[in-house]
Order: sequence, then C-alpha cells, then structure tokens
Amino acid sequence: MFDKKKRIVFLAVLFTATFAVMPMSYAMHIMEGYLSPKYSVAWGIIALPFILWGMASIQKMLNKNPKNITLLAMSGAFIFVISSLKIPSVTGSCSHMTGTGLGAILFGPAPVAVLGLIVLLFQAILLAHGGITTLGANTFSMAIAGPFLSFIVYKICKKCSVPQKISVFLAAFLGDIFTYIITSIQLAVAYPSQNGGVMASAMKFLGVFAPTQLPLAVIEGILTVIIIIALQTYAAPEMNMIQFTKEEA
Amino acid sequence: MSKKNKTTICILLLITVLLIAFPLFALKDAEFGGSDDAGSVMVEEIQGSYEPWFTPVFESFLGGDLPGEIESLLFCLQTGIGVGILAFCMGRFVERKKWKDKS
Repeated sequence: MFDKKKRIVFLAVLFTATFAVMPMSYAMHIMEGYLSPKYSVAWGIIALPFILWGMASIQKMLNKNPKNITLLAMSGAFIFVISSLKIPSVTGSCSHMTGTGLGAILFGPAPVAVLGLIVLLFQAILLAHGGITTLGANTFSMAIAGPFLSFIVYKICKKCSVPQKISVFLAAFLGDIFTYIITSIQLAVAYPSQNGGVMASAMKFLGVFAPTQLPLAVIEGILTVIIIIALQTYAAPEMNMIQFTKEEA
Repeated sequence: MSKKNKTTICILLLITVLLIAFPLFALKDAEFGGSDDAGSVMVEEIQGSYEPWFTPVFESFLGGDLPGEIESLLFCLQTGIGVGILAFCMGRFVERKKWKDKS
C-alpha cells in the first residue's frame, strides 16, 4: 500500500469512527425494529449490489485520479451537514434533508450509495435514528433511490438544455422528495392498510411525510445550487477532472 | 465570482432563511417534534398497537434514552465536522484561485 493510500484509509477510518459516537434522533428514516425480519433482510439484499457497485466505482475513480478524493470528501461532508440539521416545517414538525443530490450530480449515483450508507450506519448504531434492522431499507431509499433519481433528472435536464442551476435545483429537490416517497412505500408494503391495501397505506404515510418535506426539499435544492456555484468558481480544475462541465454562459 | 452569481447566492440564502423562519413564527403553538414520531403513530393507527421488535443498540447499551443535551452536543459535533471539511477544502480552493489569478 502506498503511503498516500494508507493516509486516505486512515483518514477514512478516523472520519467514520468520529461519527460512530454521534447520537441523534430525528425524522425521516424507518425506525429501528419497525420492519419485520423478513423485510429487513429483503431490503438488505436489494441494497447490497448497489453498495458493492459503489465501492468498485469509488476505487476506480481514485485509481484514475487520487485527487478526486477532495470532491468526494466534500460531497460526503455535505451529506453529514445537511442531514444533521433539523429544520422546522409548515406542518409543525421537524425533519431533515438528505444532501445526497450533490454527490449524485457530481459523481453519479453509485459512489453516493456508499457515502449514504456511512451516514446511516452511524446514525443507526448509536442513535435512536434509523436502525440496524432497517438499514437496508433506509439505504435503499436515501442512498440509492434518491441519488438515482437526482442523477437521472440532472441528465434529462442537461439533454433538454435546461439552464444548469435549474437542473441542479430540480435534481436535488426531486431526489429528496423521492427518498420520502420510497420510504412511504417501504412502510406501506410492511404495513398494508386493512381496507385498501398497500396503496391506501402508502398514501397515508406520504400524507405524514410529504407536507413536512416539501419546503425542506426546496431548501436542499437551493443549498445544492449554491455549493455547485461555489465549486465551479473556485474548484474548476477538480470539476474538470470529473468531467463536470460548466455551462457556457 | 461573478457579480451575477453573488446576487443569485444572496437571494437564494434569503429565501432559505425565510423558509426556515416562517413556520417558526407562523405556528407559535407547534411542537416541532420529529416526523418519524408521526410515522410511528401512523404505524400504530394502521396496525393497532405495535411493539418494535428491536431496540436501538446504543439505547439498550445505555439502558435508556440518551439525555437530550448530550444528543444536541453530538449533533453540533456532526455539523461542525461536516462544515469543517467543507470549509477547509473551500478555503484552499479560494486561496489557490487567488494565487493562480495573480501569477
């Protein structure tokens, strides 16, 4: 192992160990013990290939150019900051954002699956937030489904030559909302309503999450746009390295 | 940074602050609890009473809930570390650009 690689590994371990002592209990993820073992295992199996794919893609990216670590670390840090802020919403309850949009726009969805998993793992182990048993389900909604949608939305916007800032906003905004839609569906599949089945139940859960999350998704979109503007202004060489092209003004 | 971008950022930040502050002032009686609590309530509504079959590892380790103040301490720590990394990298980028532009 090269010295440089060693250092990166050490930093990564330090980073994760720090977050391993970080209890918080806020909204959004499926609560510990609220999915029966059957569903817990199933979601874990669904999430696993994405995680492996993400690890491989991070490895490939760093082999190609170790300097990419800076932007990757910043995307990870963005998720940590954004998902640690509980924001009051119009419904009178608090929730927090996902922050996964930035990474998905910059690197594509695969690496974000790993970044998201790290956040969720630590929240789950030490906090009453999310959970070990619901880790698979939460990873799927926040670290896989959300970023995937963000990525697709961004690509589509780019194809249709939507202005870049608006594309970034839409990608982060919709990714955040989509995370909650998936969470609602996951809960609904586990708890179908007696009259009306899964769909009725999904609407009910969505009714709880959606109004709270809508203004927060707007905020997430805005913050992602701001950080993209800042990165394009000051980190142009790094952005070129990952082929993130600046819009011709 | 271009003037246009600066204005955009200022406006966006203002909108963000307003979005966050508005509910606080508009809903004076609200509790602002977490929406996952609302989620658990919904599960009970659909399922009848529900007992989670697994308790959070850290809580069972402590033998109870984590004290609120400690929780907010760790919260701040998480935010602080995240902001630290972002600010450190951003600061380096900004300085680098300044030196490059000069030479």
